[in-house]
Amino acid sequence: MTALLNIDQLIGELESGLRRQLEERGIEAPVVVGIRTGGVWLADVLSKRLGLTGPFGELDISFYRDDFSRIGLNPKVRPSRLPFETEGKDIILIDDVIMSGRTIRAAMNELFDYGRPASIMLATLIDMGARELPIQPDVVGRKLTLQSHQRVKLRGPDPLSIEVRDTDQ
Amino acid sequence: MTAHDPSSTSLQLTSDGQLKHFLTLDDLDRALLTDILDTADSFIEVGERTIKNVPLLRGRTVVNLFFESSTRTRSTFELAAKRLSADVLNLDISTSATSKGESLSDTLLNLEAMASDMFVVRHSQSGAPHFIAESVTPGVAIINAGDGRHAHPTQAMLDMLTIRQHKSRFEGLKVAIVGDILHSRVARSQIRALNTLGVAEVRVIAPATLLPSDVESLGCKVEYDMTRGLDDLDVVIMLRLQRERMEGALLPSEREFYRLYGLSTEKLALARPDCIVMHPGPINRGVEIESAVADGPQSVILNQVTNGIAIRMAVMSMAMSGQVSERARARSQEMGS
Repeated sequence: MTALLNIDQLIGELESGLRRQLEERGIEAPVVVGIRTGGVWLADVLSKRLGLTGPFGELDISFYRDDFSRIGLNPKVRPSRLPFETEGKDIILIDDVIMSGRTIRAAMNELFDYGRPASIMLATLIDMGARELPIQPDVVGRKLTLQSHQRVKLRGPDPLSIEVRDTDQ
Repeated sequence: MTAHDPSSTSLQLTSDGQLKHFLTLDDLDRALLTDILDTADSFIEVGERTIKNVPLLRGRTVVNLFFESSTRTRSTFELAAKRLSADVLNLDISTSATSKGESLSDTLLNLEAMASDMFVVRHSQSGAPHFIAESVTPGVAIINAGDGRHAHPTQAMLDMLTIRQHKSRFEGLKVAIVGDILHSRVARSQIRALNTLGVAEVRVIAPATLLPSDVESLGCKVEYDMTRGLDDLDVVIMLRLQRERMEGALLPSEREFYRLYGLSTEKLALARPDCIVMHPGPINRGVEIESAVADGPQSVILNQVTNGIAIRMAVMSMAMSGQVSERARARSQEMGS
């Protein structure tokens, strides 16, 4: 089975959810940081849709993963790019899919090495459940329950699409 | 210690071609060298943060095993290991156990009993890191920090990183290495790396007495004259004149050497106007390079030092990564059998 979810609708959900959260918390000048690779594409789209004029950040969490002792280093690590001060800033952290929560833990550890942000808000396009850590997104495009042989993947950057596919078993 | 063939291959690679030791550049291909440079780029970015440590080697122990003293190389390896969050032990063996008669093998057994995960080895004898890599417990990574006249692969790679930063490519570049090639393990590793990465031309410029007899077989052109050697050059790498190794009449005098092979402002003007000047340090000012050149706008000598930390972080984490995945593979094979 290959299913295509409506990407425009999901990004619309994320945008309106983020606007609500920002208003509730009284945040006027957030900075957007995306987790490589899918999160960076979304950070680009969402910072434009939220009308943020400054640059967005790109995080490569390879040096912060908790499974180095099992699988070693990602050979395709690239430099993270945060072209702004994070100290005292309200950060919107964006990823395409959340599952175990381990990526987000790694990303938050990395963010704190740049300085102490005022707050971090988490937005993910898809929430797969199956959490292994006490980490929850503040804004979600859509919750999705897949069978064990299915995987979800964001393709991009232009155009963005979401693909659900069967793994070879 | 018996003499080992330093060219022995695959000792430093896992079965799927990942680094698990870092001993020599001889059997590493362009893709792997490029991976090392790319990984080092990411560590350069880490070095610009408020907190410069990453947790990759947290809980692991790195032993700096220096059988030959060196301040700069040892301190950059130490800083690199600390920025990877490893525990670091510095052992200056030249003044320690071996002078009490302990053999190299016994010293290593003792260190392994301390649950070390990585040895960074400098030794005056060519092939010493290979010897250690052959006998060490599986899971322990060996990094060559300079062995005899054989190799100094992290120095060569930090030079490659510096060249790529300033020239953004290797294709088409003309690079010269000037000075004491004979005693230089750095030059051997540099020539290797430059050829693997695909520069247009590598020249060595030196008097015949400071060139090894087989130098052209390393993959370079020989020039005895700076005027010809510097022509149309993109990168000039000056080597330190190793005065402590000058036995016999290799040179008439230092002044004569500077007149013929020293890099002065006038001579540098013979190269391309955007030619960068490199030197592995420590510099002998007025012997192989004029102060005005060493401190001038074309000099990238201090970039080399910064890049040294990033390159060492890269090879240390990649070698540890190779050891980790090889152990994981061994475990799954055991479970499967």
